Amino acid sequence: MRDNAFDFEEKRDIAWCPGCGDFAIRNSLLGALKELGVPREKLVMVSGIGQAAKMPQYVNSSFFNGLHGRSLPVATAVKAVAPDLTVIAEGGDGDMYGEGGNHLLHACRRNPDLTVFVHDNMIYGLTKGQAAPTTRQGTHTPVQVFGVAAEPFNPVAMAIAMNVGFVARALSGDIQGTKEIMKRAIRHKGLSLVDIFQPCVSFNKLNTMQWFKANTYALPPDYDSHDRAAAFAKALEEIPFPLGVLYESEDRRSFEETLPVYREDGTALRERSLDIGALRDVVLGMR
Amino acid sequence: MYGKKYVFRGDLALVIAGGAGQGIQTIESMLAFLAKRGSYHVFATKEYMSRVRGGCNSTELRISSAPVSARVERIDILVALSGDAVPHLGSRVGDRTLVLGEREVVGREDMVDMPFTSIASEIGSPIYSNSVAVGAVVGLLALERGLCESAVRELFAPKGEAVARDNVAAFLRGYELGSKLAGEVQVDIGPPADVAGEIMLTGADALSLGAIAGGCNYVCAYPMSPGTSLLTAMAEHSRKFDILVEQVEDEIGVANMALGAWYAGARALVTTSGGGFALMGEAVSLSGMIETPLVVHVAQRPGPATGLPTRTEQGDLDLAVHAGHGDFLKVVLAPGDLAEGFELMRAAFDIADRFQSPVFVLSDQYYVDSYYVTPAFEVPDRILKNATVRTSSDYRRYALGSPDGLSPRGLPGVGEGIVCVDSDEHDESGYITEDAGTRRAMVAKRLAKVEAAKSAAIPPRLYGGEKGYRTLLLGWGSVKGPVLEALRVLGRDDIAFLHFPWVFPLPPGVGAYLDRAGTLVAVEGNATGQLADLVGGATGRRIDRRILKSDGAQFGVEELVEGISASAERGRRE
Repeated sequence: MRDNAFDFEEKRDIAWCPGCGDFAIRNSLLGALKELGVPREKLVMVSGIGQAAKMPQYVNSSFFNGLHGRSLPVATAVKAVAPDLTVIAEGGDGDMYGEGGNHLLHACRRNPDLTVFVHDNMIYGLTKGQAAPTTRQGTHTPVQVFGVAAEPFNPVAMAIAMNVGFVARALSGDIQGTKEIMKRAIRHKGLSLVDIFQPCVSFNKLNTMQWFKANTYALPPDYDSHDRAAAFAKALEEIPFPLGVLYESEDRRSFEETLPVYREDGTALRERSLDIGALRDVVLGMR
Repeated sequence: MYGKKYVFRGDLALVIAGGAGQGIQTIESMLAFLAKRGSYHVFATKEYMSRVRGGCNSTELRISSAPVSARVERIDILVALSGDAVPHLGSRVGDRTLVLGEREVVGREDMVDMPFTSIASEIGSPIYSNSVAVGAVVGLLALERGLCESAVRELFAPKGEAVARDNVAAFLRGYELGSKLAGEVQVDIGPPADVAGEIMLTGADALSLGAIAGGCNYVCAYPMSPGTSLLTAMAEHSRKFDILVEQVEDEIGVANMALGAWYAGARALVTTSGGGFALMGEAVSLSGMIETPLVVHVAQRPGPATGLPTRTEQGDLDLAVHAGHGDFLKVVLAPGDLAEGFELMRAAFDIADRFQSPVFVLSDQYYVDSYYVTPAFEVPDRILKNATVRTSSDYRRYALGSPDGLSPRGLPGVGEGIVCVDSDEHDESGYITEDAGTRRAMVAKRLAKVEAAKSAAIPPRLYGGEKGYRTLLLGWGSVKGPVLEALRVLGRDDIAFLHFPWVFPLPPGVGAYLDRAGTLVAVEGNATGQLADLVGGATGRRIDRRILKSDGAQFGVEELVEGISASAERGRRE
C-alpha cells in the first residue's frame, strides 16, 4: 500500500532514463506535498514539454500538460479562476527559460501565487543533446559544434532583479534539502522560483553529478535571505554556485490579490453567476 | 453660392474628413447623437490611417427615416476640416456634393465657406469649432432647434457649466449659418421614425454584450487593431460585471491563458486580429487535443503580414478553417449585423462549452467600428454556465463510448476525482500513450464531435427569393448590410441572398439552396473568394461568379448594385 496519496497504487512505466535526476526531484516533490498536507484534489500540476515537463504524468493529481514553454500563462489563469487550488508549474531549462522565457519574465511581473520548479541540467535532453539557455559557454554539442558562444541565462539573478518573492537553487541529488526548499516555495504567497540543478546522464557528459557537487556550495546558516542587494550579488556567483534560498520577501501582493474581481468578494470566479438585470440595464442604456 | 442649388431627398450621406486629431469623431458622435434624438436612424462608419496625428481620415454618417446598415460611395454633404479632405475622397466628391468648411483651409472654390474657427474664437476658444460645424449641419437638416440645444447641453454637462454654455453658444451660431442656406440647399430626409426605444452601438459593443450574456468572465488579449475595440469594451464592462481582464505579454500567452481559464472553470474570451490569431495556432490545436473550450474573436484586417492595420477585409476565413495542426473540430461564426453579433457571441460560449472545442467569431474592422440604430437586444433569462460535472474518484476525462464523442468535463478541485489533460495523445484518464488502438479510438472520438456539431449548426439564412430565385448570392459576415441594401435598390425578385452566420463546418442542407439557383455568385471582402471555395469544396457546386473587394474598404451599396446586376445578367446569358 502506498503511503503517499500523490503516488500511484500500481507501478508506472516512467519515460525517464535510468539514473536521471528527475527521479530524485520526484521523490523530493512527493515528500514535500505529503508533508505540507496539500489535499490531493486541490493540487494542479501544470507543465509544458520536455522530460522534466512529464512530471505531472507521475504525480497522482490533476494536471494540465500543455505546450512547450506555455505552462505559466495556463497556471496563472488556473490560480486566478480557482484561488483555492495549489498550482505548481514544472519544466526544464528549455521549456521555462528558452521557449517560455517571455512568459517567465511576465509571470515575475504579475506575481501569481504559483510555484515554479525548473529542472536545470544545462542541456536539451528530449531533443538529444543541443545547447540549453543555461549551457556553459564553450560546451560542444552536435549543433553547437564550435562550442556555445552565448552567455548562459542566470535565472536566479533575473528573478531577484524582478523582485520575485522566493528565489532558490537546489541540487537534485540532495533529496532532503530539495524537499525542504520545495515546501518553503509552495508555502510562499506569490511567485516562487526554484532552479534545480540535475545531471543529464544521457546527453551531458560534462555537467555530471560529480561536476555539480564540485562546483556548488551550501549557503551558510547565517546567510540573510531578506537582503535583496546581497542576494543579487550572491546570485551572480558562478563556479561555485551557491545552493539554498537566495532571496525571500513577503512585500509584494500576489496577482490574485491585485485583481479587481477579488477586491470585495473572495468567491472564486468560477463560482459566480451573471447579473442578468444589470446586463439588461446596460443594453437599455445604449438607447 | 453661385446660384447652385442642392436637393437631397431620402437618406442623407454625410462625410466628415480631415487629419487625425482634428475632431472628426467628436463631430460624428455629436451628429449621430442629435440625429437619433431627432428620431432618425443613423449609421456611421469610419476609415482611418495607421497614425495618431495628421494624415487624412474620414467618417461617413447616414441619417435616414428608415433603418440603415450599409455604407454608400455617394457623398451628399462633406464637412471638410483640412486641405487634404477633398483630394483624399477622390471621385466620391462629385458635382452634387455640398462641401462645407473654411475656404482658406479647404482651398476650393466650389464650396460653402463657413468660418468655424473664427466663430468659435469669438465665443471664447477655437476648440468650440466642432460644435459650430455640428450646428451648421443640424441647421441644414432643420432638426428641431430646442431639442438639439438641450441635447448639446446634456452632452457637455459632465465637463462643467462654462464648457457646456460655450458649446451651446457655438452650436447655435452654427445652427444659424446652416438655417440660412435653406434657400439653396433643400434637405428632406423624410418623416422621423420611432427610434427612442432602440439602441445605437458599435459592432464591438454588440459583441461585448453578447459575450457577457454568454457568461464570459475572463478576457485576455494582446492589443492589436482592430481586435482591441472588444478588449476595451470588455474592460469597461468589467467595472460592473465580474470579469477578469488581463493584457498578456503576447498572443501565444493569451491563447494558453484562456485555455487555463476554461480548464479551471471560467468562460474565457480572446480578442485579436489575423496576425495575432496566427500566433495562436498551436494553442488552437491544443484546445482540440485536450478538448478544452476556447472562444477567439478575430477582427479581420487586410493581410498578408501587417497589411493595412486600420482597414477592413474578410481575408482570414481560410486561416480560421485551417487553424491548428491535426484533425479536430473548430467552429467558425461570423455576424452580419449587430443583432447577430449579440446572438452569435453569446452562442459561441455555449458551443465551445458543449463541444469542448475552439470557436472563432470572425468580424472585421468595418464591423467592429461601425454603428447604427437597431432594436434593443433581448437578454434571455437563462443564465449560461458551463456544463461541467462534479467528478467521482474514478473520473476519467476522456471516457470513451458516447456516439457524439463527448465525455463529461470535470473541473480540477470540484469533486473527488482528478482532471488530467495532456497535449500528447492520451488514454481515457489523460495519461500519455502510444498504443495504436487507443490512438484510433481517440481520433474517432475527436472526429465524432465534428458530425455532432454539424447537426447543431445554425443554418444559413435566406433573404428574398420567397417565390424562387434565378441568382443566389452567397456571403458571410459584414457584407450582409451592403448586400441587403443593394438588393432593395435593385428590387428584383429573381435574386436571393444566402448568408452564413455559422460558416464552418458548413451546415447541412446548403446544397439544396444552391440547387434551386441558376447562377451562384459569392460576395466577399477578400481577393480570392474564400467562402466560395469552402462552399464549392463541400458541395461540389461550381460558384459561377465572385464579386470581391480587397482594397481595405467595405463594399459601397452602389458598387454592389452594379456588380450584382452585371453578374445576374451574365448568368442569364450563359
